[in-house]
Amino acid sequence: MSGHRPATLEEASEALRSASVEGASVRAFGAGTKIDWGRVAPDPDVEIRTDRLNRVVEYNHADMTAVLEAGLRLAAAQEMFAERGQMLALDPPLGDGLGATIGGIFSTADSGPLRHRYGAARDLVVGMTVVLADGTIARAGGKVIKNVAGYDLAKLFTGSFGTLGVIAEVVVRLHPLPATRVTARGSSDDPTALERGAMAVSHATLQAESLDVAWQDGRGSILARFAGAAADVQAQAAARLLAETALETSVAEDDESLWADQRDGQRSADGATLRLSGLQRDLARVLSAADRRRARVLGRAGAGAFWMKLPDAPEEELVQAVDDVRAELRDLPCVVRDAPRAVREKIDVWGEQPEALVRLSRKVKQHFDPDGLLNPGVFVGGI
Amino acid sequence: MDLVDELKTICSPERVVTRRHALQTYESDGLLQYRALPRAVALVDSAEEVRRVVRACYEAGVPWVARGSGTGLSGGALPVEEGIVIALSRLRKILEVDLDNQRIVVEPGVTNVDVSAAVGPGHFYPPDPSSQIVCSIGGNIAENSGGAHCFKYGFTTNYVTGLEVVLSDGDVVTLGGKEVDRPGYDLLGAFVGSEGTLGVATKITLRVVPVPEATRTLVAYYQTTDAAGQTVSDIVSEGIVPGAIEMMDNLTIRATDEATHAGYPLDAGAALIVELDGPESECAALFEQVEAICMRNGATGIRVAKDEAERALIWKARKAAFAAMGRISRNYYVQDGVIPRTKLPEVLRRIDDLSREYGMKVANVFHAGDGNLHPLVCYDDAQPGQAEKAEEFAGLIVQACVDAGGSLTGEHGIGVDKKRYMPDMFSEADLATFQRLRCAFDAAQLANPGKVMPTPRLCGEVPGPYRQHPLERAGVAERF
Repeated sequence: MSGHRPATLEEASEALRSASVEGASVRAFGAGTKIDWGRVAPDPDVEIRTDRLNRVVEYNHADMTAVLEAGLRLAAAQEMFAERGQMLALDPPLGDGLGATIGGIFSTADSGPLRHRYGAARDLVVGMTVVLADGTIARAGGKVIKNVAGYDLAKLFTGSFGTLGVIAEVVVRLHPLPATRVTARGSSDDPTALERGAMAVSHATLQAESLDVAWQDGRGSILARFAGAAADVQAQAAARLLAETALETSVAEDDESLWADQRDGQRSADGATLRLSGLQRDLARVLSAADRRRARVLGRAGAGAFWMKLPDAPEEELVQAVDDVRAELRDLPCVVRDAPRAVREKIDVWGEQPEALVRLSRKVKQHFDPDGLLNPGVFVGGI
Repeated sequence: MDLVDELKTICSPERVVTRRHALQTYESDGLLQYRALPRAVALVDSAEEVRRVVRACYEAGVPWVARGSGTGLSGGALPVEEGIVIALSRLRKILEVDLDNQRIVVEPGVTNVDVSAAVGPGHFYPPDPSSQIVCSIGGNIAENSGGAHCFKYGFTTNYVTGLEVVLSDGDVVTLGGKEVDRPGYDLLGAFVGSEGTLGVATKITLRVVPVPEATRTLVAYYQTTDAAGQTVSDIVSEGIVPGAIEMMDNLTIRATDEATHAGYPLDAGAALIVELDGPESECAALFEQVEAICMRNGATGIRVAKDEAERALIWKARKAAFAAMGRISRNYYVQDGVIPRTKLPEVLRRIDDLSREYGMKVANVFHAGDGNLHPLVCYDDAQPGQAEKAEEFAGLIVQACVDAGGSLTGEHGIGVDKKRYMPDMFSEADLATFQRLRCAFDAAQLANPGKVMPTPRLCGEVPGPYRQHPLERAGVAERF
């Protein structure tokens, strides 16, 4: 595998163009914290490292937008925004050395607890510059938060795992960084009570910033975090709602570590982590399914995204466990995230997809990358 | 069989419009400057009829345009001459209300306001274009509609979780679902706002949210739009996210007050409506802060809505802005551009200069939070050449928006009206990249052709059959 370290958009374009002339396969690489996600595929011929494409191109604090290069670490960007009392409302786990980059996060559409109020990466991106397989530099969207000119290719590229082009720059909208945050917590060993508690909060007029669930060893909690001018009053109100659904409640003002656990628990170094997409009314059965397998669950109780971590086991057993969970929760799209390579080789990490959707996805791939050179084989349907 | 005969077989003859005078109802949408007569209009009754009509058009190689309520302001639903219009206004069923999961599933002809009504009183659907009483959800999907509350709540694209779509070859595909963050390309995100050029949505799943506990509304008056603009920047920079912030300039105030008698002072240079919503405790704390910011920026007066009736009156003036303009001008051209909020003074000065140069008045209405400017260029079409001149002037305004780092359109769409300006905002490479998406969805380009893109483009050779991946050859992985 050969490598390029472009320092400019033009150098990135040239690297892709020359690879395409040679028919070489290419993938972009930021910090590598999520490089194992997706299908197991042979290493590509060329790797484009983004570590020198790490500038803040624009930070328009008064307009609350920023243009960020792909190789910039999210943690570094957040430090800069925080100095102005702002944030990019995206808090995925940052991986080793807090290394996760803008390019990697948007390529994988990773997110964290802030998803509840602010949406996912797709909802925060307002524009993007990409380099296509043939070296074409293309921009979509703009630098303003409201804009309907042209197709929303920034959303298409977000979560496309580098299979349509290399993300070079991302334009994001920013939000105020709340000065105060308070968390209400309700705990129980009854999955149904937890589901009721979460729904009581999500259906109330309270406006939570995050609404999460955590479950381990037969017991779990609903965590509702409130931010801003009346964070404390809202957290107290949420605690009363949680108490009414028979949860043991508490309110925490010093809540940073609780939420760090929620973020970082989306990753695992052993066993296998599945990400399930569901609805609020799926919470109890996801927890019950996990409990029977001594699995841990955390995730978004309101938005319905759950990370189930199956305990470490020999590879055949893990493969079987993944199949069993998928069979039991058949209607919930289920992606295998962190898992040993041997396990990922034996299963379809993306899960089954409807045929018409795969057909259309392949057409999109063919039009953006006709020679199939970009990160081949890692994506849904073998794209 | 002739295509029109086939449509009659699919839809029954009385639901296929072919008589010239009846077709004229469909020759324009909300943008009346453009007209084209279709060959026929199919008043479809079901998603299955949509699929069969689209398929019949595909077999015949005839272009088609999907149409909801026809309220669009960029000519997005303008028929293709001699093409087919698929009218979706009979598809008005609410298919499922799932409040437990905060979702609603509807047909495309359902109006925007009926979605909120169906999930009320506890929940609502936030995107609220001014035409919400009549505009259809299908049209909202096509245009990625906004409204007054999107600075805080987001746009249509942030609320659509699933779509059943008929592609131009008649294939039916489900994008997304009730759940969010599904694996695969975000084709849902690409489809919303594609102005009917990628296919037609026949079933729509939306996310809805609880109605806020409290709403507090004020309107502050200023001598200048600059002072009102600075107030907006200060509110936002103090970390306050109002449910809505709307600005009107003097000409708009005078026109709307005459129409609504809402009691705005006629000598104010600008009026700023600020609405906070959310939990009572939060609204109360922030509302005082907002009042202080208004005063600090030289507000000459602040009116706080005492009750729902007064709030409605304040909003009545804002919502009547377009219609009221008829009182001060025979005709007006509604423009829709976006600027970075901080560029407001500079862009308004540019509009003033152009106004003097063209000898035409401009009234400015502004979704101030997200920088979406609606200048209304006043003219009199009884005078020859004025309409063309007004359109030229309006074109220079959006170019000024783009030059300031903004966009050609915030919510009305490109349609036919603005496609010629697309090269001001996008390079040739950008436009060619858009076309790649278009070709993946609709290689024959039968879905709403002639919109969005500035010049017609062919899809060229569709790349050959999908090549087998090395993993497949090795038997490591297989396709499904």
